[in-house]
Amino acid sequence: MSQPVISVHDLVKTYGKVEAVRGIDLEVGAGEIFGFLGPNGAGKSTTISILCTLIRPTSGVAEVAGIDVLKDPSAVRARIGLVFQDPSLDGQLTGRENLDFHAYLYGLPAATRRQRIDDALSIVELTDRAGSTVLTYSGGMRRRLEIARGILHYPQVLFLDEPTLGLDPQTRNKIWDYLHAVRTREHITIFMTTHYMDEAEFCDRIAIIDQGKIVALGTPAELKSKVGGDVVSIATPDMAGAAEQLRTVMHLESTQVDGTLQFEVPDSSSFMPRLFSELTVPITTVSARRPSLDDVFLKLTGRAIREQSNTSLDTMRNMGRIWGGGRR
Amino acid sequence: MSEQVLSAPTLPRAQSVNIRGATLRAIYIIWKRDLIRYGRDRMRLLASLAQPILFLFVFGSGLSSTLRGTRGGFGGPGSSLQYVQFIFPGIIGMSVLFTSILGAMSIVWDREFGFLKEVLVAPIHRSAVAIGKTLGGATQAMLQGLVILILAPLVGVKLTFVGVVELIPLIFLFAFALSALGVAVAARMRTMQGFQVVMNFLMMPMFFLAGALFPLGGNLPTWLAVLTHLDPASYGIDALRRSVLSASGVPAAILDKLGLSLFGSPLSIWTELAVLIAFGVLMLGLAVYGFRQRD
Repeated sequence: MSQPVISVHDLVKTYGKVEAVRGIDLEVGAGEIFGFLGPNGAGKSTTISILCTLIRPTSGVAEVAGIDVLKDPSAVRARIGLVFQDPSLDGQLTGRENLDFHAYLYGLPAATRRQRIDDALSIVELTDRAGSTVLTYSGGMRRRLEIARGILHYPQVLFLDEPTLGLDPQTRNKIWDYLHAVRTREHITIFMTTHYMDEAEFCDRIAIIDQGKIVALGTPAELKSKVGGDVVSIATPDMAGAAEQLRTVMHLESTQVDGTLQFEVPDSSSFMPRLFSELTVPITTVSARRPSLDDVFLKLTGRAIREQSNTSLDTMRNMGRIWGGGRR
Repeated sequence: MSEQVLSAPTLPRAQSVNIRGATLRAIYIIWKRDLIRYGRDRMRLLASLAQPILFLFVFGSGLSSTLRGTRGGFGGPGSSLQYVQFIFPGIIGMSVLFTSILGAMSIVWDREFGFLKEVLVAPIHRSAVAIGKTLGGATQAMLQGLVILILAPLVGVKLTFVGVVELIPLIFLFAFALSALGVAVAARMRTMQGFQVVMNFLMMPMFFLAGALFPLGGNLPTWLAVLTHLDPASYGIDALRRSVLSASGVPAAILDKLGLSLFGSPLSIWTELAVLIAFGVLMLGLAVYGFRQRD
């Protein structure tokens, strides 16, 4: 990475006594798709908001496109594209009008404005629907339009905050196809947050953030190799006994996840016969799989990253989605 | 992964930011967006005529017959001015007032539904939002006010071409002052809950105090006379009334008697316009300040 597009050093953000971000360091190279991964409240949105100049950091340095976010926020904003967590389109305008609005705000030259909007629409395959009001768009289409809008002014970095939140899995995968197309066509760096572990696999590199700190950083393969071997999970009526026996007899540390005991072994197929012969507690089910990023998170933090029950904020967001395009 | 990507030659990346030019463009597109939305909302155009019609033909005609019974005309003995004609400019003013304030309130909608964020993160000066929204609201309110003129023949108010042309800048100034007020308030509002408060403590008092429905030149109790003079809408509605009714042939003496006066001498239309401009500019300043402070 000769010239990082994003570089962050010892970034801290506190709200009163609450430390949302507690000393983050990272660099992102040009053309990378960089994923910022962690549970709700880990500090992802705060960090991305600082990089987008929406929030001032308490201390530390953050540079985007070589510009300090504190020294020249306007210059940073001109060079970045944003896709917010919450929808931010005008439902009564057409897709094209929403892009036109953005083109004016960001000062796209009049001569190429129309062509550029056409190009952006075609990347996200919304050319046919460009003349319909956004009210008539599905959730996935709105996200695609927001991506087209985010890249319209030729930014060097596209920031996306939970771009796939609330979308069904098929739509989520399509969004990823578009993001990869955008990266290839626009030579753009993509920085995104997500709490879907499976999505992080689409990134070139990921940083796992927990309680305001980066706990792991690397390619998905590198992170998964930290788990080592296979993940075995067993279900048993006697959790405590099984965990005890795993520890004393087989020298394996297990973690309780969703009513099963999980642990890692170098090779699950040769391990299975030993499991049944050496454990005396009854075992109802056994499964083994290659490690996922969920396992990485579990190993690093001792907790599972999972969908938390809807907070009131999430509920409001969903209402925002329903009403977002509504009449106003 | 970087060298050939960093030097991608064909993409016109942003190099320098010309904030001034960007702000002018932003004002234009924010104004244009308001007009697109206005034009798309046909229901609103229709609905906006309903309230004036109620006021003119139910409230106005109802009171007209009573008032005619007691005196020769609304303007005093010997005057042929009907009450419904007297309130006609007031109803134009009502339309302008409500549209201006409600138009500005759309900022709160935009905030609630996220669209405002798209504007606020753009590399433009925050004043563009305040100015663009004020101009957008003012243009809509002006159009709404002009639409009411369609009803003029039905209440016996005569309009001339020159009269209508003169009304356009007058109504726009009035709408501008009120929109700026609305934007200054909306810039400080976080939620739509404040909306009812604005309705009840700003819009309705401004409407009732503005002399849309009764003459401000009558023998008002002192407290009421003071309040009517503090209402910026009074100046707009009086200016509208002078312009519309004098074109319709009502003598200036009657308009002076019915209209706004200060320390015993009637205000001229130019003084009233000056008050509106001063108020509008002050409010626009507060609106710009409001947007620079927050978010």
